[in-house]
Amino acid sequence: MEGLSHKAESPPRGQEAAVTAVEARGVTKVFGGGNDAVIALDAVSIAIRENEFFTLLGPSGCGKTTLLRLIAGFDHPTGGNIVLYGEDISPLPPYKRPVNTVFQNYALFPHMTVAENIGFGLSMLGRPKAEIDDTVDAMLRLVRMEELKNRRTSQISGGQQQRVALARALAPRPKVLLLDEPLSALDFKLRKEMQIELKRLQHETGITFIFVTHDQEEALTMSDRLAVMSQGRILQVGSPREIYDHPADHFVADFIGETNFIDAEIQQVEADAVTIRLPSEKTVRTPLPEDFQPRKQVSLAVRPEHADLTRQPAEGQLSGTLENVVYFGTGTNYFVRLPDGSEFVVRVANRGEGNGDYRVGDELGIAFSANAIQLLRD
Amino acid sequence: MRNGVLGNRQPSGLEIEARRQTVRNYLLLCTPALLLLLLAASGPLLIVVVYSFLEPGEYSGVVWRFSGEAWFNVLFSRDIFDDTVSLADAHLTILWRSVRLSLLTTLLAFLLGFPTAYFIATRPASQRPMWLFLITIPFWTNLLIRTFAIMEVIRNEGILNTLLQALGLIDSPIQILYTDTAVTIGMVYVYLPLMVLPLYAAMERLDFRLVEAGYDLYASRWQVLRKVIIPLVKPGIVAGTILVFVPSLGAYVTPRVLGGGKNMMLGNLIELQFGQGRNWPLGAALSMTLLVIVAIALAYYVRSASKSDAND
Ligand SMILES: Nc1ncnc2c1ncn2[C@@H]1O[C@H](COP(=O)(O)OP(=O)(O)O)[C@@H](O)[C@H]1O
Ligand SMILES: [Mg+2]
Repeated sequence: MEGLSHKAESPPRGQEAAVTAVEARGVTKVFGGGNDAVIALDAVSIAIRENEFFTLLGPSGCGKTTLLRLIAGFDHPTGGNIVLYGEDISPLPPYKRPVNTVFQNYALFPHMTVAENIGFGLSMLGRPKAEIDDTVDAMLRLVRMEELKNRRTSQISGGQQQRVALARALAPRPKVLLLDEPLSALDFKLRKEMQIELKRLQHETGITFIFVTHDQEEALTMSDRLAVMSQGRILQVGSPREIYDHPADHFVADFIGETNFIDAEIQQVEADAVTIRLPSEKTVRTPLPEDFQPRKQVSLAVRPEHADLTRQPAEGQLSGTLENVVYFGTGTNYFVRLPDGSEFVVRVANRGEGNGDYRVGDELGIAFSANAIQLLRD
Repeated sequence: MRNGVLGNRQPSGLEIEARRQTVRNYLLLCTPALLLLLLAASGPLLIVVVYSFLEPGEYSGVVWRFSGEAWFNVLFSRDIFDDTVSLADAHLTILWRSVRLSLLTTLLAFLLGFPTAYFIATRPASQRPMWLFLITIPFWTNLLIRTFAIMEVIRNEGILNTLLQALGLIDSPIQILYTDTAVTIGMVYVYLPLMVLPLYAAMERLDFRLVEAGYDLYASRWQVLRKVIIPLVKPGIVAGTILVFVPSLGAYVTPRVLGGGKNMMLGNLIELQFGQGRNWPLGAALSMTLLVIVAIALAYYVRSASKSDAND
């Protein structure tokens, strides 16, 4: 197991001097009224830094699109403010916000050519024609679409439309680019290509990207930081590593990757750490997650790949009966039934030298370091 | 580039045969409709053409003798005493008034109909049938009765003038009835649904995310309207303006009731020839003139509309 440093992840470039680009301050959005009222966002507060690739991750219906639409200005918050570089932009219409959107279905203008689509924003801003032409050419080069300049948008493929949508949104050089599940309509291979392309574009343009996805793998591989959302709330914000290795609550741990949940008891509470007793009677000290409400019974999360199997259960180790072995190429999942009836999965990476010869029915010990244990908020 | 290669590709024999087969099937399926059109539209039209080249009967109808007199009379008039030929001023005035009022009607119907259609198209899907239903209510009543209702509103002792006087906005009634204004009001009222319905059909298909994309890309409301909405609903605008302009040009009930006897339009003039005028050939020639004007105007309009579409 690699050394897992707790919460001291190296910050994304230049965090010390990080300027906040977009901020949501206690933003609430309610759709409808009376009995049909839907609380799409519930007092959401979040600060997105300049130049970062920030992802909003969450299951469908959790309010990601709503938050983007509030930032773009298509909808207005029921409560709270949207702040752009310190200025409250909540009352501004979309055309007065230096923010552009890449729509989920691209929303390219069908009555215009590729070049006209890309130049639209600048021409609405009243820029001189020469400048528009130059920028359009530069954008076409940036997204590698030079040859299709004069095509109608109905005459190009989905992946190409995606590039045009990106170029169109980037051409006016917005302060922030909003991307609402831009890759969800693409097939697997194209999606992988576009993920790399998006990272490149963000790097080359230096524009702050706010990217929405419900795909956890996409979020982990692409983001500088991400926010995990559920039911109109933001549950945790952090780097992919912080979120994956140290999920703050049950939902985050469950939604991202696979997790074993263990019930435990708190023995002693200190300022920023607690001592907990595992079901195996062993006690460990672990840091507290944010907003932790001290109580006796708690849940712990341990990632399957952060645990290991041992032949002889040592003193204080969890142990159980091996029930199932699933081999999947890069590794093997061992399903161990614990004495309390719960199941614990241990994932062992395939190192090419043959794994310890465990058989269904064996009594095995489960080993993990204190660092692998994440105390959950709920 | 790939497109160019495909564009020049020669279809194979099999493809040509398949295409022929398709065309044959289409023709077969079209036959009943074509027959109906031929009998119901071309038949009467042919009769009108033939009548326009005959001599008028003494009381009505035609005498089966060839004559170009009716066509001559469309544009010129011959003095009954000294046979001098001059332009038929009355006809030209009526033609000009018809075209002018029809254009005005179309413009006003568009200015009123566009926001109306937009309003309906932006209602929640569940409410739209109700609004459309309201739009079609006037169709339930006979045109003549509706026209008399308008008359009741605008005449000197009518609702409008009474109201304005009661509010102290005017001292004496405004003469609206029996003016071109009255005819225009009446025609806009009558033909408005014909503008709203095709506009609505186009707007309902409009992807409102494109409107949002326009706003997102710094277009103001006015710019979104001009650069995004209007180009996208253009087929509806073309259909609506044709549906209003063409019947306006031939309208005769509304101009007759609201315009009185004096503010005649082409429709009234034609009707007059078949009625009191007892000059069927002239009526037929005037009808054909109207038809040709409409056909030319439409051909020109549709062509320029699709041309500017390609330039956009
Ligand atoms: N215009 C709207 N009217 C009513 N409810 C809405 C509207 N837009 C979104 N919602 C509701 O708000 C919640 C969040 O939606 P959304 O932001 O689209 O979620 P996501 O993008 O994460 O899938 C959902 O329950 C959705 O049904
Ligand atoms: Mg969404």
